[in-house]
Amino acid sequence: MMIAGIDIAQLVAMLMVASTPILLAATGELVAEKAGVLNLGVEGMMIMGAIGGFAGAVVTGSPALGFAAGAMAGAGMALLFAFLTQVLLSNQVATGLALTLFGLGLSALLGQSYQGIKPPATEKLTFGPLTDLPVLGPVLFNHDWVVYLSLALVAGVGLFLSRSRAGLILRAVGESHDAAHALGYPVVAVRVAALAFGGALAGLGGAYLSLVRVPQWAEGMTAGAGWIALAIVVFASWKPGRVLIGAYLFGGVTVLQLRLQAAGFAIPVQLLSMAPYLITIAVLVIISARHRRGAQVAPASLGRVFHASR
Amino acid sequence: MTATDKLLIVEGLSKAYPGVKANDAVSFSVAPGEVHALLGENGAGKSTLVKMIYGLVAPDQGRMVLAGAPYAPADPHAARMAGVAMVFQHFSLFEALNVAENVALGMENPPPMRQLAARIRQVSQTYGLPLDPARIVGDLSAGERQRVEIIRCLLQEPRLLIMDEPTSVLTPQEVEILFGTLRKLSAEGTAILYISHKLEEIRSLCDQATILRGGRVVATCVPAERTARELAEMMVGAELKLTDRAGRQAGAVVLRVTGLSLPPATPFGPSLKEVTFDLRAGEVLGIGGVAGNGQEELLAALSGERPGRPGTVLLEGADIAALGPNARRARGLLAAPEERLGHAAAPDMSLTENAILTGTVRKPLTRKGFLDMGAARAFAREVISAFDVRTPGPEVAARALSGGNLQKFVIGREVLQSPRVLVVNQPTWGVDAAASAAIRQALLDLAAQGAAVIVISQDLDELMEIADRFAALNEGRLSAPRPTAALTLEEVGLMLGGAHGMKPVEGMA
Amino acid sequence: MIRLERRAVPSRLWTVATPVAAVLATMVAGGILFAALGKNPAEAIRMIFWDPLFGPNASYFRGQLLVKAGPLILIAAGLAVGFRAGVWNIGAEGQYIMGAIAGAGVALAAYPAESPMIFPAMVLAGALGGWAWAMIPAVLKARFGTSEILVSLMMVYVAQNLLAYMAFGPMKNPQGFGFPGSRNLQQYPSAHNPELIAGTGMHWGVVAAFVAVIGTYVLMHRHIAGFRIRVAGDAPKAARFAGVVPGRLIAFCLGLSGALAGLAGLFEVAGPSGQITDSFNAGYGFTAIIVAFLGRLHPVGILLAGLLMALTYIGGDLAQLMLRLPAAAIQAFQGMLLFFLLGFDLLTNFRIRLGRARA
Repeated sequence: MMIAGIDIAQLVAMLMVASTPILLAATGELVAEKAGVLNLGVEGMMIMGAIGGFAGAVVTGSPALGFAAGAMAGAGMALLFAFLTQVLLSNQVATGLALTLFGLGLSALLGQSYQGIKPPATEKLTFGPLTDLPVLGPVLFNHDWVVYLSLALVAGVGLFLSRSRAGLILRAVGESHDAAHALGYPVVAVRVAALAFGGALAGLGGAYLSLVRVPQWAEGMTAGAGWIALAIVVFASWKPGRVLIGAYLFGGVTVLQLRLQAAGFAIPVQLLSMAPYLITIAVLVIISARHRRGAQVAPASLGRVFHASR
Repeated sequence: MTATDKLLIVEGLSKAYPGVKANDAVSFSVAPGEVHALLGENGAGKSTLVKMIYGLVAPDQGRMVLAGAPYAPADPHAARMAGVAMVFQHFSLFEALNVAENVALGMENPPPMRQLAARIRQVSQTYGLPLDPARIVGDLSAGERQRVEIIRCLLQEPRLLIMDEPTSVLTPQEVEILFGTLRKLSAEGTAILYISHKLEEIRSLCDQATILRGGRVVATCVPAERTARELAEMMVGAELKLTDRAGRQAGAVVLRVTGLSLPPATPFGPSLKEVTFDLRAGEVLGIGGVAGNGQEELLAALSGERPGRPGTVLLEGADIAALGPNARRARGLLAAPEERLGHAAAPDMSLTENAILTGTVRKPLTRKGFLDMGAARAFAREVISAFDVRTPGPEVAARALSGGNLQKFVIGREVLQSPRVLVVNQPTWGVDAAASAAIRQALLDLAAQGAAVIVISQDLDELMEIADRFAALNEGRLSAPRPTAALTLEEVGLMLGGAHGMKPVEGMA
Repeated sequence: MIRLERRAVPSRLWTVATPVAAVLATMVAGGILFAALGKNPAEAIRMIFWDPLFGPNASYFRGQLLVKAGPLILIAAGLAVGFRAGVWNIGAEGQYIMGAIAGAGVALAAYPAESPMIFPAMVLAGALGGWAWAMIPAVLKARFGTSEILVSLMMVYVAQNLLAYMAFGPMKNPQGFGFPGSRNLQQYPSAHNPELIAGTGMHWGVVAAFVAVIGTYVLMHRHIAGFRIRVAGDAPKAARFAGVVPGRLIAFCLGLSGALAGLAGLFEVAGPSGQITDSFNAGYGFTAIIVAFLGRLHPVGILLAGLLMALTYIGGDLAQLMLRLPAAAIQAFQGMLLFFLLGFDLLTNFRIRLGRARA
């Protein structure tokens, strides 16, 4: 199917790849926010995941090990954030910003010797005849394993939060840390775990950027993807399924503007490049206007400092 | 009775916090099926004591024995496993979660959700506390929320049930139903540790009482054998002064509120619906109601924090409904909100700065917008000395003051600005008896000087003591005010909304 | 076991000592980082903190100090007012760019006319450009409750793209032999923001920074408006009770910090930088966030913190040149500083006690 010279099936397949880093990061951030912590350092965790994953893959020659390294780099950053905000009780907004600034600097430093290198390729999976199906084949059955993993993680997080007891406790901690503490739940431990998970996913998303999406290492290559992931959590009203919609919507806009750039429309490249950010703002405005009128959606303890004094 | 008959024995429990000994060698015991009162003023150490029993706080010294075995719960899970359950004063509920999820969070090994829902229905019917397991807790009334807490405890079949100030959110009718439930539990052998400062309740419900003052046990007694006054004096450790309400005459109408409505500010918040009343000079109007029925909203609507529709609030004939707090202050309408730290006062700011917070309109604390710190300090000192606020000086941060002292400061700050109308919400909540008496007297004196006073409070005894007329706030609606002299407790209860759809336990109450 | 105990009153000692401790800790951790990169840590630290002021070429570097510190202080002074009120403008980088574009726009439109009115008009346009850019998140926050954090940050990326568009398109120098970038305003006397005292680095932007420090000090610590801003950050409900209207507060804080960031951008483009290029912005808007916190959100503290941070920029450049230390190292170093600061901040509000472990 072709519209305006663009193959729609190919566009959807590209969209899924473009969305995966943000989908992963947003899913992770959703879990952290559900536990009541606002980690504005997603950008910093992603970029550390990007360099960690890239370096890991180049050094070991294995993309899978690279992804593992990226996840660990993201989780390590998140644990730094957790130590500051949960143990040293620092302000979450300021600490998140610090995490981003630090991550951008440190990743650039670590990445000095990795510029201009090609990482080992992450193979696409094939599903025999399914992959050859028209339209459905390229859209559903011809991706690398991380795309499928990201989808499984969204479903897994959704089930975990709504069905499991651990998920219930996590939500309870995010709703009211005082009440959860009064009932004997380890608020800080739950939050640290949620943050580490969120960081690992952000790192994985970053690694996907440097290993598959681009695939190359460049300073500041996340270019605001972490912030967009934060926006998508708000857009999704803290619901995992809607994170998927939000991330794919965003991926769609990105891919479309790239195609328009390539197709040589008479709009300057720089103005087209603004589109993802402007659309994110527009979507945020629509959603927040709705939230203001509608029911409570954000976890009630989000961003508040917990200190069990007595 | 020998020690082995006891369910819980507490021996020499001590707990110190920096600068305060919350519990000092506290000992007492509870037998199975006994309803045991812990009586004491705010700050006497009741909460710390039960937190130690529930495993939330570890004692510095002392030991506990539960059913003959040493008992030292490391956390609330251990306490629940040992058969101890607790209903909290400030609810330990999660507003965005439903009833069944809330119950599950308070249980050690909850059954699958579907079975749990069925058990919630069944147990809630048995004890006359109907509950729908699928409802979101944020949508429930205060009384219903407490039911969730109680059901959560009952499902664990506890041997010891701790209840921390359970009736402060209930109407008199709901209190009767709760007592029916508690008596049924006690008859089944459950011991109940009942914390309250409401003396009549304790006299009618409890078998034994342990009285705490300053962290120590000062007396034990059988409450039914003592008068409320005797209990109060044991609790306070001094003779109580009665407030003097003489010398007041109602004058002309100063404040006229007509059809005042306000939408909810938060998703689970209450609204105001067509509130209407007149307030006369020299009068104290008491507004009672169970927590969460619109008290905070009413204060915000009167103070100007949430302006209303034009024509709904008239001060001495002038329409002030659209004005903000400072414009209303300029006209003589002042207010003191319930939440001392964070609303009436900024916690991390000094008393001088907190004097500036509301004082700049009626007191010359600024010059062309620039702060006159000398004048502000002098005003803070004036409040401190006139209202006997115990503090080293006006440079101390608000949160360093005890509840009673900060409340005296907050009330004093408004009273010394000579208001035409003063609106206060929960003026003595969490305040010790001496400070409460001083605050009530200050409000009465203010009215005697010709100001009009609105006291919003959940403490009915307080309202009966100082108010000339009484009105009830129930689900955002205000009843027509009636003279307090002619009101019975029964009538007050009905004005507050009766039993909110509960029915008494069969054969009880 | 270690326990935390909330202080009744924030410690005055630690309020002042925290930044110092954080700087020292950063030197130690930074030294370890540099050692890991195979550099001599003592030499690197000396080169960053000492040599620009007292080293061989100090006379040149000392002038650079004010050039770098000016925009940092100017932006941070505005940001701190908002941070005090709990209004998180993290898009100063974008407002800085927009101030530069607006100011340079006035100059390029007037070119080649000479008039004493051009520079003041540019200053006004710069402030307005930053202000307008900041009002976008402000209006969206006040009207719809949209997070000003996310919107102001998104607007940075929009501004960066707009900057690139301007450098390659409408503002491109017609006599620039096809190279991207605008005319150099340093060669346009009426628009030039010159060095006022030779060798000091003092230009109108530095003057504006000092004025901003004094102005925000008077506002925050002497005037009722600043008092209300501080209340809003400490206790939002109490602020409302004291008559603060949240929407106006947000607009004021974002507008002020946006205008100051815009001014910083204008003075930079008309002075040290000289022209609009796609890489004109150097991250001052983000570093200013660190400066604001390092200065304890206090104008005088910000003045000192701005100078210190400028020092690390210059020292970082020096270390880059002499030790071949990567440029990114200094960025990581600055991030680390903010971490240590936030961590040590605990000591201001809490006391650490060694207590018994729980039974």
